[in-house]
Amino acid sequence: MLSPWFLCRNEDLKEMLESNKESLKLEAMKRIVGLIAKGKNASELFPAVVKNVASKNIELKKLVYVYLVRYAEEQQDLALLSISTFQRALKDPNQLIRASALRVLSSIRVPIIVPIMMLAIKEAATDLSPYVRKTAAHAIQKLYSLDPDQKEHLIEVIEKLLKDKSTLVAGSVVMAFEEVCPDRIDLIHKNYRKLCNLLVDVEEWGQVVIIHMLTRYARTQFVSPWREDAVFDENSAKAFYDSEEERRVDQSKPYIMDPDHRLLLRNTKPLLQSRNTAVVMAVSQLYWHLAPKHELSIITKSLVRLLRSHREVQYIVLQNIATMSIQRKGMFEPFMKSFYVRSTDATHIKTLKLEILTNLANEANISTILREFQTYVKSQDKAFAAATIQAIGCCATNISEVTDTCLNGLVLLLSNRDETVVAESVVVIKKLLQTQPSQHSDIIKHMAKLFDNITVPMARASILWLMGEYCEHVPKIAPDVLRKMAKTFTDEEDIVKLQIVNLAAKLYLTNSKQTKLLTQYILNLGKYDQNYDIRDRTRFIRQLIVPNEKSGALSKYARRILMAPKPAPVLQSAFKDRDRFQLGTLSHTLNSQASGYLELSDWPAVAPDQSVRNVEVVEPVKETGAPALSKSKHFDAVSWPVCVSLQASSPVFVPETSHELLHRMTGKGLSAQYRFTRQPCIYGNSMVSLQLTLSNSTDQALENIHISEKSSTGQNIHRFNAIERLEPQASVTVSMGVDFNDSTQAANFQLCTKEDEFSVSIQPAVGELLLPITMSEADFTKEQGKLVGMNESSATITMTPENVSSQSVNRKVVSVANLGVIPSGQENIYRFSGKTVSSGSLVLVSVVLKDPDAVITINTEKTVMGSMLLRQVKTALTNSGP
Amino acid sequence: MIHSLFLINASGDIFLEKHWKSVVSRSVCDYFFEALERATEPENVPPVIPTPHHYLINVLRHRIYFVAVIQSEVPPLFVIEFLHRVVDTFQDYFGVCTEAAIKDNVVVVYELLEEMLDNGFPLATESNILKELIKPPTILRTVVNTITGSTNVGEQLPTGQLSVVPWRRTGVKYTNNEAYFDVVEEIDAIIDKSGSTITAEIQGVIDACVKLTGMPDLTLSFMNPRLLDDVSFHPCVRFKRWEAERILSFIPPDGNFRLLSYHVSSQNLVAIPVYVKHNISFREGSSQGRFELTLGPKQTMGKAVESVLVSSQLPRGVLNANLNPSQGTYTFDPVTKLLSWDVGKINPQKLPSLKGSMSLQTGASKPDENPTINIQFKIQQLAISGLKVNRLDMYGEKYKPFKGIKYMTKAGKFQNDCHLLVIQKIAG
Repeated sequence: MLSPWFLCRNEDLKEMLESNKESLKLEAMKRIVGLIAKGKNASELFPAVVKNVASKNIELKKLVYVYLVRYAEEQQDLALLSISTFQRALKDPNQLIRASALRVLSSIRVPIIVPIMMLAIKEAATDLSPYVRKTAAHAIQKLYSLDPDQKEHLIEVIEKLLKDKSTLVAGSVVMAFEEVCPDRIDLIHKNYRKLCNLLVDVEEWGQVVIIHMLTRYARTQFVSPWREDAVFDENSAKAFYDSEEERRVDQSKPYIMDPDHRLLLRNTKPLLQSRNTAVVMAVSQLYWHLAPKHELSIITKSLVRLLRSHREVQYIVLQNIATMSIQRKGMFEPFMKSFYVRSTDATHIKTLKLEILTNLANEANISTILREFQTYVKSQDKAFAAATIQAIGCCATNISEVTDTCLNGLVLLLSNRDETVVAESVVVIKKLLQTQPSQHSDIIKHMAKLFDNITVPMARASILWLMGEYCEHVPKIAPDVLRKMAKTFTDEEDIVKLQIVNLAAKLYLTNSKQTKLLTQYILNLGKYDQNYDIRDRTRFIRQLIVPNEKSGALSKYARRILMAPKPAPVLQSAFKDRDRFQLGTLSHTLNSQASGYLELSDWPAVAPDQSVRNVEVVEPVKETGAPALSKSKHFDAVSWPVCVSLQASSPVFVPETSHELLHRMTGKGLSAQYRFTRQPCIYGNSMVSLQLTLSNSTDQALENIHISEKSSTGQNIHRFNAIERLEPQASVTVSMGVDFNDSTQAANFQLCTKEDEFSVSIQPAVGELLLPITMSEADFTKEQGKLVGMNESSATITMTPENVSSQSVNRKVVSVANLGVIPSGQENIYRFSGKTVSSGSLVLVSVVLKDPDAVITINTEKTVMGSMLLRQVKTALTNSGP
Repeated sequence: MIHSLFLINASGDIFLEKHWKSVVSRSVCDYFFEALERATEPENVPPVIPTPHHYLINVLRHRIYFVAVIQSEVPPLFVIEFLHRVVDTFQDYFGVCTEAAIKDNVVVVYELLEEMLDNGFPLATESNILKELIKPPTILRTVVNTITGSTNVGEQLPTGQLSVVPWRRTGVKYTNNEAYFDVVEEIDAIIDKSGSTITAEIQGVIDACVKLTGMPDLTLSFMNPRLLDDVSFHPCVRFKRWEAERILSFIPPDGNFRLLSYHVSSQNLVAIPVYVKHNISFREGSSQGRFELTLGPKQTMGKAVESVLVSSQLPRGVLNANLNPSQGTYTFDPVTKLLSWDVGKINPQKLPSLKGSMSLQTGASKPDENPTINIQFKIQQLAISGLKVNRLDMYGEKYKPFKGIKYMTKAGKFQNDCHLLVIQKIAG
């Protein structure tokens, strides 16, 4: 019930809202928002508020929106009054207004307006403003949660938006994809490369979502890069027995990473430097799940850096490191000191650091770690000291060399003044002794001596259990302990009482002469205990060990039952099985599957078709004479800015000839050749793409082949990734990009191996600095008309008869220059078009045959290139031969 | 992703709630309160708390818990990072992020939260963009608004949102063009009983305050960039350029921002700027203990060590301490057993010391825990790693800006076993 005071206050708000003054209305709305923020109910003001939805005052309007979104669900009929305002606003010329109208419209959770929302989303998805399209992507999820039946239609919108090239939209649409249809992997194929390439420029939150999605995607599409390790680990023995044939198949297929897999790894790597911890973590988990094992080390430093961040960030990062450190100690071992506990750390941080230090412990560093642990045991935080003792126990079982040292250290702790420390030590010692009891009877004796001073029930119970279990090692002491216990039995905790009964039973079986009476006394005490568990246990034990006529066959086996050898407990990390969850996820943090968790699939045994990711280039040129249409990948050529309204096309002809970069004599055994691939370069729009083949003709492996960072000339070069090792007689092909700046000046750089440096240079032919484009014949003539005067150069040549056929003219020209062929309507005119790689200037070539002469005309803004090209075309057409 | 947000103060009251999807009852916070009760210290509340239908992810800053309600799988760091960004934004807008400031500006807070998340997914978190959408409240503007009826809410889509430099707003104008850079380094160290270093590392940040007209393009180069081992950048820094030339090239956001944080590689020896001599002893059987502590500068390159503050958690058995500082003042809290000594500046000619006796609980045995000592200090005009900015250039604009670079070294986490001695981070 509302208090009268509240009611009257609302009355007054209502009056303010209905007044004519903007300022009063605004004041009222501000107070209402204050109420909402405090969680107070302001729903009965709905009719008064909703009237102001069309207000001119933008702040007032926004506050009304806030109110509407909060209460529309409760007041559905009234909320419908506002819909027409939003529908109008969706057509507003201001993109901010369009976007916020869509935001509010889609946030009103009223099922009746689903069709209106659907329509609005579809419209907004094609809006010119990327900001509105982003809002549309968000609206998809809202509509989906309101009405899951719309799924199919929404997927269509998602499909459309996935093709969007704006970095603003990418993150939001992938988010929608993850929420609505995460299993529709097929929608990603065509957008995979684009997403990889856009990733760096997407806003940070979008990056996280995209990286997580791509991790899942990659696990379904590429084969495991870890295969080699696995073969070495498990199958080395098995392979020996396998049929010869199978083995040969295995060896003949060395692992080659899919270029798309590599693209993802390469493009996410710079994001490790992000200031956003979520992005760094996302990249780290991507590398953990996707990268070859030897490349994993690059994430270590970044993860350790995150430990400098806020407490909550540390918590999550440490958890993930804990999981990683179980499988790969080596990754974090050099950074061991970063996990040293500081006295100001929160308890859960301390525990995680202990966990990691325990995981990292090995023969080499255990002494350092144990020394560090010793300081922790003295910590004033007793819970933490207790956890440290557990950790020492873990180290002791994992590393057999230090078991004795640890055990002795723990025994020393038994005389500690603090009870929790002693109790924890007893419990851990108990576990350790179980692994090798015979050698440690003196420790058991020592514990028996301390028994009187220990009050923690768990510790007392543990000592009693030890006495009973190993009573044969301490035949004199155990009965005495039992005698003492008989005296204090009634005052003990339940858990201790149970162990007293156990101890009595075991002693009765091994040493009945001394303990028969004591045992009977204790069993009698137990019989009348208040706790039924203890009464049950006592009755059971009595039947088992004291033979009488009623007890059946069981008592014969009493000794075997009670004194059976018991397996030692395994002390293992709590993070052992966490790797079943994808790292960095909520499920991993909680160690239980959160709702909506998407399983990371295993690598496929055979990679699915790679070509699904190829983006078809629009309208490939139909060309009869082209001898070799390149079959290499088409990268998303459409996204490059192309001058005029022309479309880039794939090269008509790719020459197979390669040029020498480095002779094996000068290169001390390393030889290099390059060829122009004539493809748009993936490293940069203004770069010429080159393929480099490096071969090793020595009898030793060459290491660390790379291009030196200092380039002597001004060209911008995209280097290939350093080749770590090139085996003798092996060769490897890599790709690189050079921005020649539309000039034939040679690019000089240093090709380096681990030992040597070789200066090399690439001199491009002018025809290689072009990219083909297609256009219609009419466009060609139009453009040609614009490029006259200085921009035109022409020459007349005499053709050799065998060159006159249309096929040979085309072939000659496209082999000299990377140009596109324009389908010609006239018999004797041939037209070719292209653009320069760096500046994108048009280059138009036409050849007009006037038997026996031919006129070659070249039109381009780049006059120098024009004249050079003219000379080359001339030579090509006058020369006979293929 | 993020369903709702609750703000909870130190005494356990929910003083603000905001929902981005349907309303989640505030009773969900009961699970949080349970965890809060179990925790001995406010910091010990686990950041992620599962409940039957939701997950609660919280961060604690300025003694306010920001509790986000999550309904399904999401990277937890995503939420944590976002919540911290919310706090930073509040601080940016209101100067402080306290309960009072949030309550006073509840409308602006609501408008901000509305812009920052749409349906639980971050929309605009860049401070430059937010400030164009919602102008920070100032007294002057409030007065003007009441008179003219204008508002704090922008009507146009912020230009940054659509541009290639989303972090910078357009149309920036200043009469005085200035760019200041603060190189601040913190040393983390653990030093054992004998005074030898167990670990020592340097973490640094470069914070910038840039007030430049138009679209300036800055480059900042270092004399010794090799010192920087591991770096993370503000998104404005061109990564390729750094990879290739080790030069920071960027179009800066307008106002204050963190340009770079870095880690100095562990291969370089870390100079430890102060040393501590200590002697804390308890005689067996006596209720008295001796306490002696001397501080001194060491490897400070001639710069003064200032704002030194020593604090120590004495063993529980200590009843009181009767000490005599050679300079500054000290306090001892008999309840928490926290000793703190405000030393001020260290004079190398006359080293500060704190000597005296401690009285123990009668009959109590000699404490065996390690007392921890925290020391905070500042050294102006020195970057302890030796990092030096070479030059700062501006392109793209014609005017000549005023440029300034300041260096400072602070103690980070610095631990010294005396029994065990801890030197600790400085506030501010």
